Amino acid sequence: MNLTLKVWRQNGPSDKGRMVTYRVEDVSPDMSFLEMLDVLNERLILEGDDPVAFDHDCREGICGMCGMVINGVAHGEQRATTTCQLHMRHFEDGATVTIEPWRAAPFPVVKDLVVDRSAFDRIIQAGGFVSVPAGSAPDAHAVPVPKEDADAAFDAATCIGCGACVAACPNGSASLFAAAKITHLGLLPQGQPERDSRARAMVEQMDAEGFGGCTNTGECTAVCPKGIPLDAIARMNADYLRSATR
Amino acid sequence: MSYTVGEPIRDTKAPDGPIEERWDTRRFQAKLVNPANKRKLTVIVVGTGLAGGSAAATLGELGYNVKSFCYQDSPRRAHSIAAQGGINAAKNYRGDGDSVYRLFYDTVKGGDFRARESNVYRLAQVSVNIIDQAVAQGVPFAREYGGLLDTRSFGGAQVSRTFYARGQTGQQLLLGAYQALERQIAAGTVEMHTRHEMLELIVSGGRARGVVVRDMVTGEIETHLADAVVLATGGYGNVFFLSTNAKGCNTTAIWRAHKRGAYFGNPCFTQIHPTCIPVSGEYQSKLTLMSESLRNDGRVWVPLRKGDDRAPGDIPEDERDYYLERIYPAFGNLVPRDIASRAAKNVCDEGRGVGPGGLGVYLDFADAIARLGREAVEKKYGNLFEMYERITGENPYDVPMRIYPAVHYTMGGLWVDYDLQSTIPGLFVIGEANFSDHGANRLGASALMQGLADGYFVLPTTIGDYLAGAGSFGPVDDADVAEARASVTGRIEKLLSVNGTRTADSFHRELGRLMWDLCGMERTEESLRKALERIPELREEFWNNVKVPGDPDGLNQALERAGRVADFFELAELMCVDALHRDESCGGHFRAESQDADGEALRDDDNFAYVAAWEWSPRGPVLHKEELEYEYVKMSQRSYK
Repeated sequence: MNLTLKVWRQNGPSDKGRMVTYRVEDVSPDMSFLEMLDVLNERLILEGDDPVAFDHDCREGICGMCGMVINGVAHGEQRATTTCQLHMRHFEDGATVTIEPWRAAPFPVVKDLVVDRSAFDRIIQAGGFVSVPAGSAPDAHAVPVPKEDADAAFDAATCIGCGACVAACPNGSASLFAAAKITHLGLLPQGQPERDSRARAMVEQMDAEGFGGCTNTGECTAVCPKGIPLDAIARMNADYLRSATR
Repeated sequence: MSYTVGEPIRDTKAPDGPIEERWDTRRFQAKLVNPANKRKLTVIVVGTGLAGGSAAATLGELGYNVKSFCYQDSPRRAHSIAAQGGINAAKNYRGDGDSVYRLFYDTVKGGDFRARESNVYRLAQVSVNIIDQAVAQGVPFAREYGGLLDTRSFGGAQVSRTFYARGQTGQQLLLGAYQALERQIAAGTVEMHTRHEMLELIVSGGRARGVVVRDMVTGEIETHLADAVVLATGGYGNVFFLSTNAKGCNTTAIWRAHKRGAYFGNPCFTQIHPTCIPVSGEYQSKLTLMSESLRNDGRVWVPLRKGDDRAPGDIPEDERDYYLERIYPAFGNLVPRDIASRAAKNVCDEGRGVGPGGLGVYLDFADAIARLGREAVEKKYGNLFEMYERITGENPYDVPMRIYPAVHYTMGGLWVDYDLQSTIPGLFVIGEANFSDHGANRLGASALMQGLADGYFVLPTTIGDYLAGAGSFGPVDDADVAEARASVTGRIEKLLSVNGTRTADSFHRELGRLMWDLCGMERTEESLRKALERIPELREEFWNNVKVPGDPDGLNQALERAGRVADFFELAELMCVDALHRDESCGGHFRAESQDADGEALRDDDNFAYVAAWEWSPRGPVLHKEELEYEYVKMSQRSYK
């Protein structure tokens, strides 16, 4: 199949950036989206052009490094799918595909489709952990955890930190990301001692980074490759409120 | 390339005495660093996977001044995150007869008697602490209704000792280590450098004293000095271009260290995983693993007749060859990884492979669906079937899956002693980057165990013994720093100046194909000699004809890739030298000349019961042998018939 790509090119954070049109031919339907871009880049290199920069690593949907807005949707229109797991068979021959980076003030563009998501790391630094130095842990069976709680904690913990939720949110909110961690740790007995301070610190860090507030539009959960539900945000708000009243 | 034989390695620093007391002995012997002095000591940790992330966090907790580096945009992205199956630990929560000794025994035997007993025993001992640590961090392992941890048996083990978090155990354990690391970053004990790639090791006064890194965003070449350097940079499976590794995984850090004096242990020991999704075309950029658990219910087959291109459903039962069940009636579809992989290769070599290019075999669930019902199969394997369909566009409930072996893990790596210290004083190597513990074949669910054992428990103890002597290290010689920096900038300039007609990726693909064909699942003297002829020619062409666009400043992903490919070329040659010299079959290393009448791997314990530790030299590699002694586990031949 043949495609027309409109790709966001931006040389650095201070460059204004623009859409550039490329034709790609003989695309196999079995290619992944990133493999299609690899083919374009190989050609650009040989033609003496600057290849399109994009982040990627595991290419199996778990590291969270890849991510681009494809035809206006974070990670593309395929539900519960990272960009690396999106395949070309979902596109029509002859189609025009627009490709843009995550757009949010706290995620400045580094180059082309690469953005700086270090704000997410700083949100985790604020409290997304259990303070337990190596060697100090009691036996793993010392505290039983109800299966339902462990399963629900796992569901929240599957967040891959890709940032699609922020890119999709009209407010540029990181609520789903922070809420996933607050939910994961808050559901487990091991997470209780720091539950209040965690919720407070992570929410404050989100604000400090310049992420917007949540207005329940639900775009985040619609694009989340791991399907983290919106309930997590309700739990975060409850924990935040709880921390303010204790 | 010819090699010479140097002095054998006589002392691995493992204490004497009964094996169960050795780690305690070492811990007591190890000198301690005064808490007030720890913050004056700097440790560099390169890589933030299970080993590097847990090590950096733990060293920070102990009060050292830690500098951590990763090439990704966040330490949470390291490829440990992709591990699916689980983590072994000798907890014996099931009361099914497991013990530290049994895990030790299984690991030594599974490694086909090419691992060091003392190290493996310690790994089994420490395994139980890992689970405690992870649970305390909030890792959401699978649990039973009573609230206790669930386990499963994995990779042919006869006890149920594998702890898991659905099919994402690596992710959950890595996030545990990542969160511990972020806590230390917030506390100021760890200084984190993301999007920084190590390109050279600084050795001064005979000790590892720092690294030269490239800031991948600005292109700036930076020097970081320290009292000790820890490499936790993972395996080198991407030498084959196509593997289940992440795209960025590379050998540069360990290869640079090797060229500065760190011996490389058993480079030819590569693990090839039998159940991966086959290559679909020339553009293929990586391979995806499908969990081994699929072989519990799927039946592996190919057409009986060569070149039979009928759809699988049109091939009648009596024209199919369920070859694993036929050759290995006792274990059937559940034979170990190396055996299943080689059998698939053999039937494809006979021209009976299926799918594009004939490089695939069927993994058929029709019988399982008929026996258990579609719903039961969906419950067990639903997410894997979905993943398969996403990638291939085929529905495995209706047509059999197609699978093929792929490079998955490298047992080889930098040689380390019992303290995880390389042959360069002050250079420690942990996780997949070192050679220890797995011998010639790693068992399922043991990679996570080793990475975390090294990072949380072993290294933080042993490195203290080295750092206690830091007072006498002296200053780093400026000339050594300048020389290391010049080596980095010189290579970058050279790569950018060639301006040839082929991309780095095209060279990497060709090298990978060559390694797969000549130094892959089956190796012969002839194939390896051919590889050793072809690799230097291709490398020469690379340095004369590669095209790397752009300039050294700023983000330049093509430049990053070219540098990694250049190092893969050199490593590939050493792998072939090692594979050629090891004239026996063991674990993942199958030399066609060394097989029994039934075509099974034949070890040669009289001549090869040693670790091959290779020293780099401009005149060709020098082999140092570390003889392996088995005091506890009796050497025996594996059999799965």
